[in-house]
Parts: sequence; C-alpha cells; structure tokens
Amino acid sequence: MSRLSVRKTYKLFIGGAFPRSESGRSYPVTSAKGEFLANASRASRKDARDAVVAARKAFPGWSGATPYNRGQILYRVAEMLEGRRGQFAEELGGGKKAALEQVDAAIDRLVWYAGWSDKIAAVHGAANPVAGPYFNLSTPEPTGVVAVIAPADPLLGLVSVVAPVIVTGNTCVVVASERAPLASITLAEVLATSDLPGGVVNILTGHQAELAPWLAAHMDVNALDLTGVGDADLALSCEQAAAENLKRVLRPAAEDWAADPGTGRMTRFLETKTVWHPVGI
Amino acid sequence: MMAIFEYAPAPESRDIVDIKPSYGLFVNGEFVDGSGTPFKTVNPATEETLAEVATASPDDVDRAVQAARKAFGVWGALPGAERAKYLFRIARIIQERARELAVLESLDNGKPIRESRDVDVPLVAAHFFYYAGWADKLEYAGFGRRTTNGHSGTKPLGVAGQVIPWNFPLLMLAWKIAPALACGNTVVLKPAETTPLTALLFADICRQADLPPGVVNIVTGAGETGAAVVSHPDVDKVAFTGSTEVGRIIARAVAGTDKKLTLELGGKAANIVFEDAAIDQAVEGIVNGIFFNQGHVCCAGSRLLVQESVQEELLASLKRRLATLRVGDPLDKNTDVGAINSAEQLAKIRELSEIGESEGAERWSPACELPERGFWFPPTVFTGVAQSHTIARDEIFGPVLSVLTFRTPAEAVEKANNTPYGLSAGIWTEKGSRILWMADRLRAGVVWANTFNKFDPASPFGGYKESGYGREGGLHGLEAYLDV
Repeated sequence: MSRLSVRKTYKLFIGGAFPRSESGRSYPVTSAKGEFLANASRASRKDARDAVVAARKAFPGWSGATPYNRGQILYRVAEMLEGRRGQFAEELGGGKKAALEQVDAAIDRLVWYAGWSDKIAAVHGAANPVAGPYFNLSTPEPTGVVAVIAPADPLLGLVSVVAPVIVTGNTCVVVASERAPLASITLAEVLATSDLPGGVVNILTGHQAELAPWLAAHMDVNALDLTGVGDADLALSCEQAAAENLKRVLRPAAEDWAADPGTGRMTRFLETKTVWHPVGI
Repeated sequence: MMAIFEYAPAPESRDIVDIKPSYGLFVNGEFVDGSGTPFKTVNPATEETLAEVATASPDDVDRAVQAARKAFGVWGALPGAERAKYLFRIARIIQERARELAVLESLDNGKPIRESRDVDVPLVAAHFFYYAGWADKLEYAGFGRRTTNGHSGTKPLGVAGQVIPWNFPLLMLAWKIAPALACGNTVVLKPAETTPLTALLFADICRQADLPPGVVNIVTGAGETGAAVVSHPDVDKVAFTGSTEVGRIIARAVAGTDKKLTLELGGKAANIVFEDAAIDQAVEGIVNGIFFNQGHVCCAGSRLLVQESVQEELLASLKRRLATLRVGDPLDKNTDVGAINSAEQLAKIRELSEIGESEGAERWSPACELPERGFWFPPTVFTGVAQSHTIARDEIFGPVLSVLTFRTPAEAVEKANNTPYGLSAGIWTEKGSRILWMADRLRAGVVWANTFNKFDPASPFGGYKESGYGREGGLHGLEAYLDV
C-alpha cells in the first residue's frame, strides 16, 4: 500500500513569515493539463499593504548593508536553490529536462546578479570633472520599495525580476504569476533560509488585476515593475495611478528570459546621488 | 577712521538688446505666426510690456513636431562629429552674445544681472560645449549593455518634446536641448509664458549657426501649448522641468505610451548646519541657498536645520548678513535680489508667508526699500517653524527661509528626509566622517557639503521621490536621450 503524501499549504510570504491571506481566501491552482495542484492564498488589499509595511521596514537595514554582504546573501540564495533543484523541477512540471534547464538558468542568474552588488556603483557611478575646485562624485542608490508584478514564467522569470531589484538594496513586494504561483512560494522558502532579512522580498499570490492597482496607488511604494502585466488596460491604469507619487515605472515588454539581461533592470530602480565638497586647505 | 561710502547705482545698459514688438514661433528654421491669441511678456521689475508673443495652438505644435520629425531623418543620421561641430558653434555664439543674452534674461525674468551674467549664461555655453563633446563618443558612454531587448543604448529616440520653467529660462533650455541634440534627437521646446524671450533669441543663434531647419523648434504659449507638446503622438521623448503638480499630470498623460519621460520637479531642501560648522561660511551658504535667484530655485535650501546649540549665534549672523543684501533693479550690477518673476508668483509667496505667520512661526525681514512698481518680496526668515507647518512642507519658490532646529545627527536626517521631495540637501560641518555619514542617509539627488547651489554641466542633477526622475548633466544626462 502506497503512502499518502503530506501536502504543503501554500501561503503568502510577508516580513519573513508565511501567513495565510487575512481575507481567508484561496484559489485553486492547476497544472498546464488542468489537474488540481493546490489551493494558493488569494491575497487581499490588506495583505498588499502589510507587505509594503514589511518592505519599508526592511529598507534601511538592507540598503545600509554592505554590497559585499548583499552579494553573499544573493549567492546564498543560489546555493539554497541548487540544493532544491529536483524539487523545483518537479514543481515546474512539463518535461523533466526542460524543467531542470529552467531551474539551472534561475540559479545561474542569481549568481550573475550576486556579483553585481559591489560592481554596479563602479559601472554606474561617476567622478565628475566639474569646472571648479570641488570634489564631485555620483553614486547609485536604491530607489526604495519596489512593487513587482512578476511575469508568467514561474521561476526563471520571477528570479530575473526580483534579483536585480534587491541586489542594489531595494526591497520589494512581488505579485507572483497568477496561473503558476506555487514555485514563488517555494522560492520564498529558499529566501527564508538564505540569511535574507525578513521583508526584503515579500511575495503575494492571488489575482493580479485585484492586487496591482493597490500597489500602483500606494503612496509608500517608490517604483513599479509592470513586467508581468499582460492586460494593456491594467498596465495603463497602474501607470496612471503610479503618477500620483511619481513612482518610477517599468512598462510591460516582451522579454526573453534566456537572454543576457544587461544591467537595465538594476539601473531602472536606482537613483543617482551626487555629492559636492570644496577642495581647499 | 571709518569712511562711509554712499551707495551709487551701477546699471547695465539695456541698449545691447533689441526687443521686437512681437515674436512668432520658430518652426522649421523660420519665424511663423501662431494661431492662438498672442500674450504679452512683461519686465517684472517695472511691469512694462516687453513684447507680444505668439501662442502656438495644437495645430501649430503639430507643424513643429512634423518639422522635427522630418529633420530627425537628417540630424539623427549625421555623423556624431558633425553634430558636435554644430553644438560647439552654438556654444561659441552664446559666448559671443553673452552680454546680450544676460541683459535680456534679466529684463524678462527679473533676476539680477550679476547672476544672469556670471551664472546663467556661462553655464549655458558650458552646457553646449560639454554635450558637444559627447556627440561623437556615445559608444563610449556605456549604455550599450543596459538591455539586450532590442535597444542599442547609443541611438537617439527621435523627437523630444520639452517644457521648461521660468526660473532659469535659458539655462533650462540648454539642459534640455544640448544633450538631446548631442544624442541625435530633434526638439520641440516650449519656454515658460512669462520668460519666452531668450529662447526666441536662441532660435536666432541656431540660425546663425546654420543648424539644419527643424532640428530645434520653439513653440511659445501657456499650459495648453505645453499639453499639446507632451501629448503629441509623434513625440518620442518628453522632458519637463517645473512643479510636481504639473509633473504628475504629465506622468499620467504619457502613461500607456512608448514615450520616455524625465521629470525635474519641486523641492524642499534641508540645509543642515552643525555646531562645529564654520559659521561665516555657513551663513554665506544659507544666503546663497535660499536668496539666489529670489529663491526661484527648485533645489533652494528653503529649510534651514540648525543645531540647537548654535541657533542664536547663527541666526544673529544671518540677520546681520541679510541686512546688507541689496534688493532692487535687476540690471543694477550691485543688486543681490531681483524681482519676483510674476504677479501670480508674488501672490503665492505672500499667501504662504501669511499662512506661516497664522500658523505661529515668527516672521522677520531686514529693513529694505522696495521699488514702487514691479513685483517684489523682501528676503524673509521664519523662525520657530515646526515640521507640521505649511511653510516647512510646501515649496514656496521665493526668498523665504524656514528655520527649524535639531539636536543629534540622527534627528537632522529624520527631519531632512521628512518630505515627499528629494532634490537636494546641504550639510555644514568641519567633520569629514559626519559629512559622509549624513550624505549617505539624505534621500536627495544632490548633496552639497560645505557649499550650496553649485551647478556644472559635468555633474548630474535630479531628484529622488516626488522631485522627479532622470538626471540632467554629466554622463548620466545622456540616458534620457538615448534608446536605452
């Protein structure tokens, strides 16, 4: 007689903890073939707000951490993901080989971004030769709390949008792929065991059309990544709402997640600070 | 023995400028009539009408955009080295006609000739000179690896629609046009309705430089003209400098389009003075921070945060210094503080100052005689200001300083960052490690330490939070005009 398996309850990831939605709601997640997989939490407006509070709380510590430290933690995330390679491949479904390739690409992407933590300032900063006796230096700094509407690609896509946001010191609230949210919560388990401070990444599962507008309009969110929004009307209304506090907005665009990502996803969520000081004796 | 010298005016002659009775729009290399109702631009120091200026209707704006689109085919394809030479030419002509530009700027804007002559116009020429040099070096700027999403990182965007404010009319034009042209874009620029004249003189400079027609188009008018520029469907890039309120409207207007947007908006900068600061230097920095250009500066140090232990000494020195400021005729070379740019702005400054008093702050101005005609406001200091006061939160955009105090560096950071804005900040202390500690924590795009209100074409400028996004100046300023 075969053993009855112990299933996992898929919950949200907020402030380093795994709460259910305060609304008590869930929605069924099915495989590509339509088989029932699990009931995922259906996050509410209140959950989204709680996640923003957690992200804001985590921002001073995370942005104040040394780039070396952030790089090590991102690398640690890659290590933890490597350790669960099989589990993720299984959760992604489809062909085993293709699924493993996706997991490997996600791990490699994390490693790639981990290395950027202490290099982006050298590449994106500048010593400015001003016409006067002044020391003048421009350095990139994280924008703050970034709301990320993750793409449909459940693992590689997710990692490809989250890693560039946090490696530079931002914190984020992520709305996971609505159709395939399970890998995001398993990824949260990886994040929770990688020394990533609670609140740096918060993951909400649920209905994109329900959650995105609240995040787009939230006055304590500094930037909005609409990559995963497929509906043009929703993208438009989110961008309009984001104008209220001048959020930095990354508009939706088709992405090839297998391609070299470039530095654009990092620089989109960076500010440039320029410090002047007179030179003299 | 003390000799007392009487003050004698030293007015700059206005004969150098030749203001026409009326001006048209500059479209496709020609001055043409506008179809809207013309408006008058006045000298804010005397209220005399300087000229009548055309208003561009949406159809006029459309013609300007079409001209820019057509010119883009030529300009965008020109080798960078050739574009560079046009820009160097423009920089040189600006230098050649510097005095004329300075006088015209002071007449139309009300700013002291000392500033238009020594700050605005030299920076304008420097800006063109700086970006001219980038035009054939874009491959080296490092934007090629930003994305692999079909963006080159080195190519222009197309037609840039640019809307600029009245506080630094010609300098803001330079900040917009120089990088746009260097990267290979063509532009349709709308100057502010109270200060259109130097932009129209710049149009003549473009003609003298033989800039191909349509590369630079100047459309004058008020808000409706600006709205037509930013919402035109064939504009690829929108750049705006002005109020946060209008910035929000523009961000909403370009939502859902492919237009690239940069915004340089309002500010409420903290100028933070520690007890170990060199007080006399700090006083000069405070004066420069808030009374430069009548306080019509988005990065003005409008909130003075002074450490409690030196508050009395600092305020006494500051008041002594303010009593020596000369307020009056912008064309007088002795003038420190000129005219408020418009009756509308003067009314806003008066209203906010009255709110400051009614909310309980203490108001002080040095004794100063203001001219009878024109728009004037004396340098004003409010003490006893709390963070909740309107004058500690709202941008006044005038010569009004709000003084708050703090005890610890952490408290200074907390108060400095307690604003939706994040454009600039100032730090005054003799301790290097404290400067860097503070600079790290201040959420502002420009931090001036032991100096204030310094600008340079090589130095990026722009804000955090609701002060807008994107940078102007330096290598960073190229990104706004490249296909990144």
